[in-house]
Amino acid sequence: MTSSTQQAALDQEHEHDHHGPATGIKRWLFTTNHKDIGSLYLLFSLLMFLIGGGMAMVIRAELFQPGLQLVDPHFFNQMTTVHGLIMVFGAVMPAFTGLANWMVPMMIGAPDMALPRMNNWSFWILPFAFLILLASLFMEGGGPAFGWTFYAPLSTTYSNDNTALFVFAVHIMGVSSIMGAINVIVTIVNMRAPGMTWMKLPLFVWTWLITAFLLIAVMPVLAGAVTMVLTDKYFGTSFFDAAGGGDPVMFQHIFWFFGHPEVYIMILPAFGVISTIVPTFSRKKLFGYASMVYATSSIALLSFIVWAHHMFTTGMPLAGELFFMYATMLISVPTGVKVFNWVATMWRGSISFEVPMLFAIAFIVLFTLGGFSGLMLAITPADFQYHDTYFVVAHFHYVLVTGAVFSIMAAAYYWLPKWTGYMYSETLAKWHFWLSLISVNILFFPMHFVGLAGMPRRIPDYALQFADFNALISIGGFAFGLSQLLFVAVVFKCIAGGQRAPAKVWDGAEGLEWEVASPAPYHTFSTPPEVK
Amino acid sequence: MASGYEKYYVPEQSPWPIVGAIALFGVAVGGGLTVMESPSGQFILYAGIGLLLFMLAGWFRHVIHESQEGLYSAQMDRSFRQGMAWFIFSEVMFFAAFFGALFYARMFAVPWLGGASNNAMTHEILWPSFEAVWPLLSTPGGDTTQAMGWQGLPLINTIILLISSVTLHFAHSAMEQDQRNKVKVFLGLTILLGFAFLVLQVEEYIHAYQDLGLTLDAGIYGNTFFMLTGFHGMHVTLGAIILAVVWLRVMKGHFSAHNHFAFQAGAWYWHFVDVVWLCLFVFVYVL
Repeated sequence: MTSSTQQAALDQEHEHDHHGPATGIKRWLFTTNHKDIGSLYLLFSLLMFLIGGGMAMVIRAELFQPGLQLVDPHFFNQMTTVHGLIMVFGAVMPAFTGLANWMVPMMIGAPDMALPRMNNWSFWILPFAFLILLASLFMEGGGPAFGWTFYAPLSTTYSNDNTALFVFAVHIMGVSSIMGAINVIVTIVNMRAPGMTWMKLPLFVWTWLITAFLLIAVMPVLAGAVTMVLTDKYFGTSFFDAAGGGDPVMFQHIFWFFGHPEVYIMILPAFGVISTIVPTFSRKKLFGYASMVYATSSIALLSFIVWAHHMFTTGMPLAGELFFMYATMLISVPTGVKVFNWVATMWRGSISFEVPMLFAIAFIVLFTLGGFSGLMLAITPADFQYHDTYFVVAHFHYVLVTGAVFSIMAAAYYWLPKWTGYMYSETLAKWHFWLSLISVNILFFPMHFVGLAGMPRRIPDYALQFADFNALISIGGFAFGLSQLLFVAVVFKCIAGGQRAPAKVWDGAEGLEWEVASPAPYHTFSTPPEVK
Repeated sequence: MASGYEKYYVPEQSPWPIVGAIALFGVAVGGGLTVMESPSGQFILYAGIGLLLFMLAGWFRHVIHESQEGLYSAQMDRSFRQGMAWFIFSEVMFFAAFFGALFYARMFAVPWLGGASNNAMTHEILWPSFEAVWPLLSTPGGDTTQAMGWQGLPLINTIILLISSVTLHFAHSAMEQDQRNKVKVFLGLTILLGFAFLVLQVEEYIHAYQDLGLTLDAGIYGNTFFMLTGFHGMHVTLGAIILAVVWLRVMKGHFSAHNHFAFQAGAWYWHFVDVVWLCLFVFVYVL
């Protein structure tokens, strides 16, 4: 073939299936492209992170001093509730789904997600769900004020009349997550390039596969829980009311059967991100790839039999307390395997400290710290002291903020050049990292102390002896909140332009995503790459 | 991946998902406002449901059209199958939540209210005259009801659903052998049996409400009874609609012996609904 006929053939091919992006708003509303949908998820998650963060600022402002000064207690309850809901379902989960959308097809050599139209639907129902949730804050009676865990009878007998809107918003979030998860699983199982065998899958793909399984298994249980809350409140059932033969503690069992796998849903993809970034900047292969896969699977399976460690103080039979204590402690074994593997990967590596690596190292240290406080909480008799104190708040913010959120930041810096085609500003990003690292510890570390001393969570006022620590915590909180504006600036500056990024942005990086240009073309791998 | 990697059909952009998102928004807001007894609620709810049906019809019409044009490969067929299988798994977990509530109430909540385990004081102080039995015909709060027996309508319904699973299996075998007349008869029979099941289920509900005083708000027995059978009934309805659409497509000459994903998905769904009913029959009615 001459070059001109080749060109003509290429053009025809181009005509046929390389429809480029449409222009204007239609591109984003009607898109079936995994990269567009990934970007939508990530930007939506950033917006939710800022809104949920704003609510955290209200909470910290109120807690800056003892006594009631800024907001009334009912509004304070709405802030703690909606802050939790937004951060879990609006910020962390969509961020990981966005990363999966962007990266999974590229990492396995697929042309797109398996079910592209459903992919669009999973995303676009999310903003509506949060619109409902946020709108309820402005209605008469206010939004949900029973904590993100919506324990009965707080959410049934004692909740305001707008609870139905909360219930339906959660239903939509669940539908979105389930559809997104089905898409991820089917893509990974069915669309790997030839030669991409299971034990060659990048760990981010592995962790997401297992996460997606957890999502499909437990989001329907959450749907069941909110449905029972709805019928208890509005249709006279008594699932969670002892007078009708039900039990409020039953709510907690159903909720935490969802809730505990849910926390692994938020951390397993983070493990995948860290397992991708650490080898790149250590310029070594990941230590113990197979053990990482088995550890992730073990964590996922164990997550189904530990839920009642959230309920040690509800008066469970002793056998239950013991079982859930030991099962919970068992999780630290596969988790420890992971932490040791990351450290072993860095051992004698030729490490450089670009911002993704800085966040990854911070993750390893601080997530492990959150894991240790988790072990303390797993000890049943000790938990009777810690339960519902700020020690718990410190624990889950270490695993979720310096764990999940830090890994998302690491991932964002790691792949931003691949997404936008430009390098981000390393100087600004370093500022973002160091400010975040210092402020987040000022914010959450003292919470351990006030918690151990007995300060209860979710209360707008506190005893005088906690005043100094709380002022310090609030200052850390404001600093951490402001630092995130720097992140927003770095991201949008990077989208706008800057130094051109090469295809292989990081010299130690491995994987198919680095074999396509930066920014990644609108369609990648319509003919599959050969994986050796 | 020995079969190699086929051309994967990535659809062009589509307006249906965003229409569906707006429809779900309407259903959620309308549903919420309706149970909150706001006057505008029902209007929004019906508008949402209408839009949702419009979206489903349009989206499926589009997909069927693409399928008839032969745009789908064997690999896409696998994607659809796996997607359906995982969807059914999510449905299993949804029912698991309600079965879990049933088992918890029977094994823990009700016996504990009656003083079992270390709850003697709870029993003595809260409701000393409460007796823990299942079915819970008299709640601690004093509501009374009668139990629904398993003979009669429930047993007939069980037999109907079991037969419908068999007829559907015959229809599917016939489809695989390209005996289309047999498909039409057996699939039609399956849909009729599903319809008969629903009519008898309504009959049973009327009996429960009018003769037995067994209502949705009659304590944990009535709660679990109506939530489980109600959600099951909704799934039978949905399954029957899916099968009816498949039947219409068979009449129009769609599907072939090797290519009939929609048929298979509908059949999977129907068998799943059947298995749920068997669990219901055992744990809600008989035991």
